Amino acid sequence: MTEDHWIVGKSLAQDSAHLHVTGEARYIDDIPVVQGTLYAALGLSEHAHAYLRHIDLSEVSRAEGVFAVVTAADIPSENHLGGALKDEPILAVEKVEYIGQPIFAVAASSVEAARRAVRLAKIDYEILPHNLDIRRAVAAEQFVLPTKRLQRGHAQQAIQEAPHQLSGQFSLGGQEHFYLEGQIAFALPKEDGDFHIHSSTQHPHHVQEIIASMLGRELKDIEIECRRMGGGFGGKESQASLFACIATLLAYKTQRAVKYRVDRDDDILISGKRHCYDIRWQVGFDEHGSILGVVLDYASRCGISADLSGPVNDRTMFHADNAYYLDQVDIISYRCKTNSQSNTAFRGFGGPQGMMAIEYIVEEIARYLKKDALSVRRINFYGQDERNLTPYGMRVEDNIIPELTDTLVQSSSYLERRQLIEAFNQTNPYLKKGIALTPVKFGISFTATHLNQAGALIHIYNDGTVQLNHGGTEMGQGLLTKVAQVVAETLQINPSHIRCTASTTEKVPNASATAASSGSDINGMAAQQAAEVLRARLIEFLAKHFEVSPEQIQFKTGQVFISDKKTLSFAEVAHLAWFNRVSLSATGFYKTPKIHYDPKTMSGRPFFYFAYGAAVAEVLVDVLTGEYKVTQVDILHDVGDSLNPALDIGQIEGGFVQGMGWLTTEELWWNQAGKLMTHAPSTYKIPSIGDLPRKFNVRLVDKKPNREATIYRSKAVGEPPLMLAMSVFFALKHAIESIADYQISSQLNAPATPESILTAIQTLRSFQSTTAA
Amino acid sequence: MSFHTRNTIYFYLHGKRIALRDVSPSLTVLNYLRDELHRTGTKEGCAEGDCGACTVVVADLNQQGCIQYRAINACIHFVPLLDGKILFTVESLKTNHGLHPIQQAMLDCHASQCGFCTPGFVMSLFGLYKTADKPTHEQLCHALSGNLCRCTGYRPIIDAGQRMYDYAQALAPEQQSALTHPYSAQETPSAWLSQLHELAAHTESLVIHHQQQAFLAPRSISELSHYLLAYPNAYLLAGGTDIGLWVTKRQQHLNTIIYLGQVAELDQISQTDEYLEIAAAVNLERAYQALVQHFPELQDLHWRFASLPIRNAGTLVGNIANGSPIGDSMPALIVLGARVLLRRGNTQRELALEDFYLAYQQKDLQPSEFVQAVRIPLRTSTQILRVWKISKRFEQDISAVCAAFCMEYQEGKIHTIRIAFGGMAATPKRATHTEQALLQQNWSLATLEKAQAALAQDFKPLSDMRASADYRLHVAQQLLHKFYLQTSGSSFVSELGDLHD
Ligand SMILES: Cc1cc2nc3c(=O)[nH]c(=O)nc-3n(C[C@@H](O)[C@@H](O)[C@H](O)COP(=O)(O)OP(=O)(O)OC[C@H]3O[C@@H](n4cnc5c(N)ncnc54)[C@H](O)[C@@H]3O)c2cc1C
Ligand code: FES
Ligand code: FES
Repeated sequence: MTEDHWIVGKSLAQDSAHLHVTGEARYIDDIPVVQGTLYAALGLSEHAHAYLRHIDLSEVSRAEGVFAVVTAADIPSENHLGGALKDEPILAVEKVEYIGQPIFAVAASSVEAARRAVRLAKIDYEILPHNLDIRRAVAAEQFVLPTKRLQRGHAQQAIQEAPHQLSGQFSLGGQEHFYLEGQIAFALPKEDGDFHIHSSTQHPHHVQEIIASMLGRELKDIEIECRRMGGGFGGKESQASLFACIATLLAYKTQRAVKYRVDRDDDILISGKRHCYDIRWQVGFDEHGSILGVVLDYASRCGISADLSGPVNDRTMFHADNAYYLDQVDIISYRCKTNSQSNTAFRGFGGPQGMMAIEYIVEEIARYLKKDALSVRRINFYGQDERNLTPYGMRVEDNIIPELTDTLVQSSSYLERRQLIEAFNQTNPYLKKGIALTPVKFGISFTATHLNQAGALIHIYNDGTVQLNHGGTEMGQGLLTKVAQVVAETLQINPSHIRCTASTTEKVPNASATAASSGSDINGMAAQQAAEVLRARLIEFLAKHFEVSPEQIQFKTGQVFISDKKTLSFAEVAHLAWFNRVSLSATGFYKTPKIHYDPKTMSGRPFFYFAYGAAVAEVLVDVLTGEYKVTQVDILHDVGDSLNPALDIGQIEGGFVQGMGWLTTEELWWNQAGKLMTHAPSTYKIPSIGDLPRKFNVRLVDKKPNREATIYRSKAVGEPPLMLAMSVFFALKHAIESIADYQISSQLNAPATPESILTAIQTLRSFQSTTAA
Repeated sequence: MSFHTRNTIYFYLHGKRIALRDVSPSLTVLNYLRDELHRTGTKEGCAEGDCGACTVVVADLNQQGCIQYRAINACIHFVPLLDGKILFTVESLKTNHGLHPIQQAMLDCHASQCGFCTPGFVMSLFGLYKTADKPTHEQLCHALSGNLCRCTGYRPIIDAGQRMYDYAQALAPEQQSALTHPYSAQETPSAWLSQLHELAAHTESLVIHHQQQAFLAPRSISELSHYLLAYPNAYLLAGGTDIGLWVTKRQQHLNTIIYLGQVAELDQISQTDEYLEIAAAVNLERAYQALVQHFPELQDLHWRFASLPIRNAGTLVGNIANGSPIGDSMPALIVLGARVLLRRGNTQRELALEDFYLAYQQKDLQPSEFVQAVRIPLRTSTQILRVWKISKRFEQDISAVCAAFCMEYQEGKIHTIRIAFGGMAATPKRATHTEQALLQQNWSLATLEKAQAALAQDFKPLSDMRASADYRLHVAQQLLHKFYLQTSGSSFVSELGDLHD
């Protein structure tokens, strides 16, 4: 298919790549400040749960360089963050609920002056008991949102009647986004009380709403702009708004421009992360490993407010099946309130945690039956024409997981390597190898149906160049480039003639967040539609002008052919159209078809389609210390007909490595007082260059256009690859279990740090010696 | 005493000589570039030396008179430290002839996504490009160990690092310049050399007074001693990889700073019949290269110690003098019997390194006294040495536990044994009970078990975000086991590195 296209499907470099490598790409902190700009800092809570008895900010106000100090009392209208539920204040009132919660803000003449000043606050706290423990919250029924349950059949009964039963529990850590560019906003007062705010955000419209409500203004008064983010990963979806609010509130108060570049430690202390989970499970299965019934109890740490925890936890439930048909199933999801950062979106959006549970269970079944987990996986895969209904009632129509898995098993020599590994482990007591193959099936669309809409705006100038805008935001994923490719293809112009402009609420109203991997799906479609409108308009005009029939006009590879009479450049056409008073600007709009979903019954078709992939990881573990290396990774991933293979491979590799970090080195650690102590890169360890697997083979599934009519039959790629990293976790578990000759399973919790691994080894060994005795 | 001084910092940036006066001596190079010069290509990702977004390259003359290029973290590097150097930022690579080979390689390999880390990677690669021939995968990882990328997963960046040399070869004559020339042994880029010579002519000591702050950069040990006596409360600054963070992270105000990096006598590695001496201004990278030459067993520790930009700026003696309980150099140096040479005014004294540490953050160091050098006894032929660092991540992480073992056998028995740990107590510390349990014993499993038990007497470690107390103790015992395996003739491999190519 792709061969027919001129621009789409080509591995173009990102539109900003030449600016990235020269340092010329402008991020918000690089925008030249205006005269009199002030700099902000936040004063944060030092207690995990306390009443604010007295706040003395007199020394803060007197500190050198300070222009303004604001507390909740200075907020002109609503003191609320969050979407539907207004359950989190911008600045704390009366009470603080986690260490790092913002209490007051300062604007000063320099970043340093502001940061120095906030340390001078004297706050009298009345300390209350705090809780971070997930299961304690469940027991005490402390929830940010009501518990949800999704059931099909009679899982408990099916388990009891099954030939074999197993049950267990494990914990999954959260994850800090660690976007390289920290949170930042730059607020500029305009006339008539309006504001223009540069915000590093995946969701300008949301920031616009929150700021308007904070100031008691209307959406028309507030403009939010974002050219690019230095990474987002979900962390700048709902949570960018706090920082934009602070900059704007201080700008409102001082009537000066205010920039708030958040200190990295503060950023990590304040902002929410991927949810940590505690998962309990029961399963019944037959002698082949076929799952007959499963009960899953997911409890997640949501922090102090709902934020996006509702849809995140819903997605966990929707991905409890991963690639497996679960006939009798009972899924329960607790959304726990804890005295910690309000957890939020993070690439995968709860899906990864959902899948980890079922993958864990599959591994346990395999260990119990002394089988290769791959065979248990295969036997449970969704079928084609039967066994294809998800627990939430959506039919899996495009299942390619069995064949994808077969191809990968072949290309990675999985079976041969597994044998070699087990032989190696026989003769090596101190170093152990492990291998695992894990699949991914990930649902694409926002589960809230109304969010699946997008708008675009295209201008053609009379020199034939184009400005392209849409509601999507660029955070490194290459969205602007992909959408520009779509427009270039539609108009048959060279992409270098297209300028992708900053996302701004002034050009496309009410845009959804760039999230749920849907960026190029929905914005690509909207932009294509706008480009088609313009092309149709030009064709109509040219047909009249040159007195030919519309069919005789062809836009092709940079030129416009008018029957066989005449060939014009696109620039000439644009100029001619302008001269003849043809409108050269158009909007486009798209809403995802087919989807519907009833949140009450948790059923319907929440997803337009699924994206698939699988990975094989091999690891080498030092069983004396728990340290390890990931030695080889083979990935086969489905992106439909790729819009841009190089960018897609970039998403796959980057997503995989990020997922690997989540499950291995990235550990969030709170102390007894409830303070997150891993609040800087010195203590919070994302993968570094040496963690890259030495053999890293990444392939795209060949010739598998999306069955659904997506933009050029491509598939979304932002999130699904992250979950390919589950293979690393289970390879580690496989290596560990070689110690007991694969007879017993190990209790490995994520992240699998060297400590977590050594603990699992110790437990396995002590279990082995007690059973031997 | 009087010394020739000047109050102006001189350095070169982009072919231009910069003369700076009246700046805060604790202004970081990053803030200077971004806020004062509006060169915003250099980014701030963390302001603590841990992410590499701020990487720039400095060039100066080494002792052979050749230009050396060092990637450093601009976020924790104070501006006066640029004195006498050439500074390269990502903007420096731009010429009228298109992208630099490094930039072109990065672009063609799709090595940027959000692009925020990219200038830092480009500059780390520039540091490598000017110091090494076509590097191996390992060398690339070492050179880029201080650069984090959250988007790409690194593979395309490694590709770019390998391909940049090919682009260099393909350059048209008009594109060739000192900037685009990769490393070659005989290369002498004359413009830069003459800039550095010109700067070197300013032999006066830099002394800056700015508002309430003072910065003094003596040129000799006696001048340094003099200033330290005159300002007993001054901060003694070496590479600033600890001190820099006090400013950027704790907002600490530094009144008087005495910088020892311009004392040429202190930038020396020397050797006598008895010991190897590494003086106070020698950076970690050079120091570890020398150490590894004598003690190849330290190779892993070298690569796992911080990152190249941190090792390029920080000093070994600073690591020792800072004396953090989780500092990585001390366990190895203690078991090797290293001694510190201390100086106050004209008085010198020498101390066993292990005696230098009195209690948590307390050292046997008088006001106005400084560590002039560390002396490491030369290796004996019978010495058996092992050092391990345990951390969550291999590159650029702080130890949960760092362990060093040094042993000599005689007639089948453990004749001497020295064991030291970091991360296990309030100071870097010897494991004396464990040593006792081993001394004069046969090196057997039974002995090992006794020694492992003794370790629990030696240490009561703490739990924190890096590791729990249990894990620390357990892994320490396991390392003892590993030491046993590797020194008692076991044929089993027990090192990841031995199998992981
Ligand atoms: C990102 C990062 C990663 C790191 N990773 C590691 C790691 O893996 N392992 C590790 O051990 N350390 C690590 N460190 C810390 C390490 O870089 C420092 O301890 C360094 O060695 C200190 O040397 P310096 O020259 O930078 O000292 P400075 O910061 O200049 O000084 C440190 C302290 O020592 C004092 N001092 C310096 N020189 C002398 C002297 N000659 N006499 C008396 N006092 C003196 C100073 O006054 C100051 O109190 C890391 C630091 C950073 C920022
Ligand atoms: S900004 Fe992160 S290392 Fe300097
Ligand atoms: S490209 Fe985004 S952090 Fe590297």
